[in-house]
Amino acid sequence: MTWEPVIGCEIHVHLKTQTKMFCRCATGFGAPENSSTCPVCLAHPGVLPVPNERAIEWTIKLGLALGCDIAPRAVFHRKNYFYPDNPKGYQISQYDEPLCMSGSFLLPGVGGDTEIGIVRAHLEEDAAKNVHMGGGEGRIHGADRTLVDFNRAGMPLVEIVTQPHLRSSEQTKRFLQLLRQTVRELGISDAEMQEGSMRFDVNVSVRPEGSDELRTRTELKNINSFNFAAQGIEREIQRQIAIYEGGGEVVQETLHFVPGQEHAAPLRSKEEAQDYRYLPEPDLVPIEPPAEMVEQARAELGELPSARIRRLETELDFGLAEGLVTSGRDGLYERTPGDRRAVANVVMNELAAAGLDPTEVNGEELGKLVEARDRIPREAFMKALGASGDGDFKAEDYLGEAVIADESELDPVIERILAANDENVAAYRAGKQGLLGFFVGQVMKETGGKADPKVVNTRLRELLDRS
Amino acid sequence: MIDTLRLTAKEANALLTGGELSSDELFAAYRAAIDERDPDLNCFLHVCDESPGAGIPIALKDVIGTKGIPTTAGSKILEGYLPVYDATVTERCQARGLRTIGKTNMDEFAMGSSTENSAFGPTRNPWDPSRVPGGSSGGSTAAVAAGLAPWALGSDTGGSVKQPAALCGVVGLRPTYGTVSRYGIIAFASSLDQVGPVTKTVADCAFLYSVIAGRDPCDTTTVDLPHPVEIPEAEDLRGLRVGVPRELNEAEGIEPGVTESVQAAIELCRELGAEVGECELPRSVEYGLPCYYLIAPSEASSNLARYDGVRFGLRVSPDGIRAMYEETRDEGFGDEPKRRIMLGTYALSAGYYEAYYGQAQKVRTVIRQEFAAALERFDVLVSPTSPTVAFPLGAKTENPLAMYLSDVLAIPPNMAGLPGLSIPCGLSEGLPVGLQLIGPQFSENVLFRAGHALEQALAFDVVPPRLA
Repeated sequence: MTWEPVIGCEIHVHLKTQTKMFCRCATGFGAPENSSTCPVCLAHPGVLPVPNERAIEWTIKLGLALGCDIAPRAVFHRKNYFYPDNPKGYQISQYDEPLCMSGSFLLPGVGGDTEIGIVRAHLEEDAAKNVHMGGGEGRIHGADRTLVDFNRAGMPLVEIVTQPHLRSSEQTKRFLQLLRQTVRELGISDAEMQEGSMRFDVNVSVRPEGSDELRTRTELKNINSFNFAAQGIEREIQRQIAIYEGGGEVVQETLHFVPGQEHAAPLRSKEEAQDYRYLPEPDLVPIEPPAEMVEQARAELGELPSARIRRLETELDFGLAEGLVTSGRDGLYERTPGDRRAVANVVMNELAAAGLDPTEVNGEELGKLVEARDRIPREAFMKALGASGDGDFKAEDYLGEAVIADESELDPVIERILAANDENVAAYRAGKQGLLGFFVGQVMKETGGKADPKVVNTRLRELLDRS
Repeated sequence: MIDTLRLTAKEANALLTGGELSSDELFAAYRAAIDERDPDLNCFLHVCDESPGAGIPIALKDVIGTKGIPTTAGSKILEGYLPVYDATVTERCQARGLRTIGKTNMDEFAMGSSTENSAFGPTRNPWDPSRVPGGSSGGSTAAVAAGLAPWALGSDTGGSVKQPAALCGVVGLRPTYGTVSRYGIIAFASSLDQVGPVTKTVADCAFLYSVIAGRDPCDTTTVDLPHPVEIPEAEDLRGLRVGVPRELNEAEGIEPGVTESVQAAIELCRELGAEVGECELPRSVEYGLPCYYLIAPSEASSNLARYDGVRFGLRVSPDGIRAMYEETRDEGFGDEPKRRIMLGTYALSAGYYEAYYGQAQKVRTVIRQEFAAALERFDVLVSPTSPTVAFPLGAKTENPLAMYLSDVLAIPPNMAGLPGLSIPCGLSEGLPVGLQLIGPQFSENVLFRAGHALEQALAFDVVPPRLA
């Protein structure tokens, strides 16, 4: 039987507002523990939340980018549970009246677009950070003591929930990458996985291909890289298939993804059976976003990454187009004149390898460099590329040295090298074609790297094959 | 010698502005009264030896946060807790020169109607120390009645200013929900909590309300007052339409002596020129109390979750996080908060929410509509504030339901977010009877006007005879 994976995601994104969601404490990564706190985010008696308007605007903007309907009236709810990282004993979140609902996100693919349904995107506050010391393997149970850092408590967080519309680990990874790029371009989050400003949970189930049933799903938590996501999902798909093919049943559970470990470790099932006793947050009035505000946010959206992939695909192949967009390099690509494929390759490969920030590169100058790529020595090209991020970079400073492409100039060098390497010439002619590289290397060395490798290759073959 | 028993806030202030007395001398006079009478009454949980400001003293209910001054909400779980910030109402009082003289006793987390639920012992009624002062702001109302402060602030969730004001023979206002900031007030039931003045006269009440009311950026549920507070002067009720809701005046359990005083006050309204008529609030009175006892405990169960021993207050620290939560909360909370946390937790649980909390919210809308309809015909509705006069200590502590019924008349307008003023209107068995005046949202000026005119005509002596 062929099995079809059914995958949905929950993505948490930290908004990079200057202050927290319900108080005026600074947000930001890396401040000393508990230095960015106040009575409100420490939940002292008597405090009240005051919502961050910017966070509401940005959530609306994100909702629009995800094709969501923006609710005319959204309500904050309290989600009640006891845990040291939850100072009020409840988290202010949204429940049945979120800001953004019923969206659709276009995921371009080789075979066409896939619509990934968005159930909702809502705004909430983050919890503090627990650090469990001694024993317990990083969990509270079995730890000697637990320290709490409240800097993160109350940071604005958007939770995006997708429909189970994803069908493979690879597609899920591509979706998450495109979503991250979309969030970044909106200017609302750094979406840095290392810093925890983007985190995701993935729900996985499998079903016989062609069926439309939804079987028991498991949830993978704690994923903080795209590759881990793909690995974890793939492993879980295979595990579930093996269970069904062995006549077993998949058990609904939450799996704690640990990179490198064969199996994700199940979390305590008790944590799933929580009753959060949601109630409308009586300390806050409902949010009623004015229509003009929503329309303004819509007008500011610009061309979204998915649309740009589709547009660039008409002049490049899909992989290059997607790579450029999801890596945030397509802007430079579009600013750089010249042969599209040549420009795309340089921007995507050599420029990336050189570790340059694409936003700092002057496209016009880069265009001149790409255009001259075959006419100047590689060494000179790489040097120029390395300098292309400098403010005063001029391509023409590096174009002076031409490659030696003239056969009449190269032939004497090639002949000299062949004469000096009788044994290798004989071996080549006896069938060791791999020695061609050796001869090319010798010629390049002799010409100080300035010979045109294409011409050298052609002439070497001709001369070696001649006798 | 200053007679703090009789001195109103307005008179006290006149002594200062007239240069007859310094602020320190006035403060010392009230401190002396506290030292003399509070050992018997237990109105204060904390008394300030000094306090900044150049004005007259004020007593603050211990649910109101005061920076650096112990604030416990009457609970052992907050024993020794020193707030790191001032409540907005505290700041506003200080900005007007008012000097905090102490923090008054209360039912734990404002849950109760007799101040017997305080973890630090009950307050006694200055009219008869064998009786309760009402609650939960019983410390504030008893302090004002006993001349231990010229005025005070209390808080009212389900009658906690109005009912003890009635039982202690003082004036108490529960303001329109959203006119007084809750920032810094230890939360009990957020959608109902309002801070209100406790005073000897209606004019003092109006003035203190003008000090604390108005939008606060720290409390997004507050609004600016649509019109400025007017200190009442008129001594008649001409043109005022006074409604007498039958169910609020004929409810089971209203003592005959209470009815008698209230009826006399209603008759007085007529004599002062008001147009008096009957009206009905059948559902508000029948469902107000049960509805309140779903909504308030639900919100309380959530609001009280932060007392977990992690960051402040009591921590009982056995092995393990769960045991720490359980034992801290078991030792820190008294029976009434525990009872309400359980009620609220149950009412919010999956599968019960719609039947309880959800349903109560719908009933609340019905109550709001019923009051709105009555208040289209009348400017003010009147009733007893409490069905009884002050009852003996211990009389209702074993029967929570009987205790809850003490607020059966005060709760319905609260559920509708409406303001209510309680003024003393007479005596029954030698104990004060309170008259409740209810108006539409933001109608405080009308309530003050009516209350003041009645007060002048009634000439009720606010000094308990045994202290005179």
